[in-house]
Amino acid sequence: MEPNMSIISNSAHNGLNGGQKAGVLLGSTGLLLLLLSAFGMQFPASFGMLILALAATVGGVLLYAWYTYTGLPAGIKNNQLWFQSISNRGLWGMISAVLITGFYVVLYFMPHYLGQGADGAANTGLIAFFDPLSQALKKQPASQWFVYGVLYTLGILAMGIKFIWKYRHNRYQVIRTCSVMFFQTGIAFLLPEFMQRLNQPYYDFKNMWPLDYDFFEKGQMDYLLNSGGVGLFMIVFGVAMIFIISPVLTYFYGKRWYCSWVCGCGGLAETVGDPFRQLSDKSLRAWKIERWLIHSVLVFVVVMTVAVLFAIFHENPAGYYVTRDLFLGLVLCIFIGLGLLLWLRPQYLNKVSRQVKIAATVIFVLIIGLTSLAYFFKSPNVFFIPADWLKAWYGFFIGAIFSGVIGVGFYPLMGSRVWCRFGCPMAAILGLQQKFFSRFRITTNGGQCISCGNCSTYCEMGIDVRAYAQRGQDIVRASCVGCGICAAVCPRGVLRLENSALDVHTRAEAVRVIRIDVDKGVVLGE
Amino acid sequence: MHIAIIGNGISGVTAARVLRQLSDSCQITVISAESDYFFSRTALMYVYMGHLRFQDTQPYETWFWKKNRITLKKAHIQSIDTAAKSLLCTTGERIPYDKLIIATGSKPNKFDWPGQNLQNVHGLYSLQDLEAMERGSAGLQRAVIVGGGLIGIEMAEMFHSRHIPVTLLVRESSFWNGTLPAEESAMINRHIREYGIDLRLNTELQEIVDDGTGKVAAVHTNTGERIDCGYVGLTVGVSPNIDFLQGSGIATKRGVLVNDYLQTNLPDVYAIGDCAELQNPAPDRRAIEPVWYTGRMMGETLAHNISGQTIAYQPGIWFNSAKFFDIEYQVYGTVPPQIPDDQSSMYWEHPDGNKSIRIVYAKATSVVLGFNLMGIRYRQEVCERWISEHTPLETVMQNLSLANFDPEFYDQYEPVLLEQYAQQTGKNLTLRKKRGLSGVIQFLGTISKRQ
Repeated sequence: MEPNMSIISNSAHNGLNGGQKAGVLLGSTGLLLLLLSAFGMQFPASFGMLILALAATVGGVLLYAWYTYTGLPAGIKNNQLWFQSISNRGLWGMISAVLITGFYVVLYFMPHYLGQGADGAANTGLIAFFDPLSQALKKQPASQWFVYGVLYTLGILAMGIKFIWKYRHNRYQVIRTCSVMFFQTGIAFLLPEFMQRLNQPYYDFKNMWPLDYDFFEKGQMDYLLNSGGVGLFMIVFGVAMIFIISPVLTYFYGKRWYCSWVCGCGGLAETVGDPFRQLSDKSLRAWKIERWLIHSVLVFVVVMTVAVLFAIFHENPAGYYVTRDLFLGLVLCIFIGLGLLLWLRPQYLNKVSRQVKIAATVIFVLIIGLTSLAYFFKSPNVFFIPADWLKAWYGFFIGAIFSGVIGVGFYPLMGSRVWCRFGCPMAAILGLQQKFFSRFRITTNGGQCISCGNCSTYCEMGIDVRAYAQRGQDIVRASCVGCGICAAVCPRGVLRLENSALDVHTRAEAVRVIRIDVDKGVVLGE
Repeated sequence: MHIAIIGNGISGVTAARVLRQLSDSCQITVISAESDYFFSRTALMYVYMGHLRFQDTQPYETWFWKKNRITLKKAHIQSIDTAAKSLLCTTGERIPYDKLIIATGSKPNKFDWPGQNLQNVHGLYSLQDLEAMERGSAGLQRAVIVGGGLIGIEMAEMFHSRHIPVTLLVRESSFWNGTLPAEESAMINRHIREYGIDLRLNTELQEIVDDGTGKVAAVHTNTGERIDCGYVGLTVGVSPNIDFLQGSGIATKRGVLVNDYLQTNLPDVYAIGDCAELQNPAPDRRAIEPVWYTGRMMGETLAHNISGQTIAYQPGIWFNSAKFFDIEYQVYGTVPPQIPDDQSSMYWEHPDGNKSIRIVYAKATSVVLGFNLMGIRYRQEVCERWISEHTPLETVMQNLSLANFDPEFYDQYEPVLLEQYAQQTGKNLTLRKKRGLSGVIQFLGTISKRQ
């Protein structure tokens, strides 16, 4: 930033209006009640008090939203966003980052501070405050994950309604937001709770491996297998999600069908995280880090899962259809299939750099080699490390620290998609597919781009959308979650999310911008 | 060969970029006194409104210039010695060049109003204008904006975003009706008022009143009214920013005169963008077109010319776009504000009064000449193809869905348009195509070339 522009960043904020202040006050009151309960305060009529606290929190958000967006014609509502300290990494941004990060640390690593009763002891504090609600839903006392699930769902609902008000003129945004609200509330939260009430296994149908990294864990599989037909269906459905449903949907619509329409992490990012989307780093350097980091996590989860499964199957356990030999065969088949695909479609390889090819080859060879080695030496530890350790490390570093503590805690610092962009192995798989084999892309509208930068700024994934738009290149990026905000904020109508099967392999090559042709002069397109 | 470019706006920077693409060896220097790096001028409003930070308006990261060996020089050029091929900076420094590109853009017009040089009276063109507007906004009770054009309404939107009351003086009887047809212009009048902007049509600025300290206190209008205000925005068009060329021997009229190859009267001196005035503009085009897109096309054309691929500047089919508060505007081809006798137009307006489609065509041949869209997005490539191929109205109407560029799930108005056409002409047409990219790719025929 040039020094003479500094005046612009600090003088302008007009402050909150009366209604917004009332919303903040009401919401803070609700949160204060929750906080008081966490510090051990006992409320009379505690179920009523809990409902009151939650209603005040949600009501505060809605009140704030109403007084933010009402009274003006529908349209893009980003006025003064960069002047507000909550959304420009200012004081309130820093404070909220510390608070959210702190909450996640306590949630994951010190649940006793929230009042989680250990070894069958009764809950206290915040979690006890949620006991009546949990009893009402599933006839069990609450746990830290129940509390988290309630707050998470209410966050998506309240901020989702705010988002819908903000983008009420944009039907794509309205429908998409209704979708994430439905999947979080119905499929991720209520359905599993009711299933438990009916003595059925707990299962989130919209979650899938590798985001759901312990889907293939022995305990989880035994749990589902011992739950009769419903459990077996869940396993079949989970596997179908990975190998059939998700590739087909990603081919037709891009990874957006999951990342910004269904996924819970995505749902939180799109709603609670919306005020922070502009904080993502758009630099080329950030993109380079992103590619190495997210694909490293993908490799980690694949290695961990292969190890865990191998450890399960190497003893040919009873009750499983899969034997040690069959498992090795399956792993080999998947890798050989991938290799065959690349051999048949060599154009995929042209899109990746030499470094990536080398890294990918080394990893493939290592995984197959080590698995075979373990197979022949009848060792349970594929990678010379006990699978339990790998799983514990993954759960700690990726599952808890990266996706939870950093993934949400850093919203006010690095934007709403830190986890989705740098860490999520699910996003990595869907992204590879989106880049190489999907009908989806964002089209640019001829030469209408004025390089203003709204699209790049409001891209939560940190894609420099403008770099493509201003040279008339359709945008095909592995990370794009298809939220559609770039197209919404574009003041010149330049961007459109589109699907077509006609040019899947040449999507990103079209140059639509005006350019000079030596014979024809200035021409548009090709 | 050293190519010096005065001005780091879209024209100068495009020339520099394309020159580097075409030639690895030339030395390129881009000179600006306005900013260290290229930024999108059209995005300045979003900085004021808090949608973007200033650095977000810079389309290239700072390493880009070094990587492409484009030297950026912050300097103000005072004069040009065309005989010695050297630029004189206000600091006294001299910059020699082999070829010179003048891309100095525009400056806001002022029409000798009394008080036009008072403090807090500014146009909105440069970064410095934005800074002045920012300074003038502190504690501001009312702003008066003079001029009913694109910058005037932008400025109104900017002040509105800070809850500063705005009076907008428009000389004409309706907003921007020198460009927009009556219905579209009326739509924008309504929308401006919907935002609570005090829109005064048929009203001209007479005088700006000093508060006694050299600052603005009020304006007087030709309707005899005094409007108290702390800031006056002058947005009555722009003129080429070429005062510094006096005495250089470079021929100018309103702008720097250039031929079809963007050459001035002097060898090795070229001009592009807002500051260039075409000696032989195309019949339906103006000699000076101060818009982003023509600046970019000129920069690209000139880079080819300098690199030895001689090519005349042909701007192609006119297009432009803007956004009036929440209403997006796109135009493709020729849409005159008053439809001439030999033309006609098919106009449809949404009942909400914020969206419209207009298709202009020749009466005799029914060939489509232009599209005007308000609040609806159309695809440039498709419209351009129809216009350049002299497509008849009925063919366009039947395939109109191909042009639709609105987001998914938006209402599509093509059927309503056909209904209206049937009512007006008695002819029932049916839509042949569905909206979507596959149809467009087939229509444009780009697929076969690509594979």
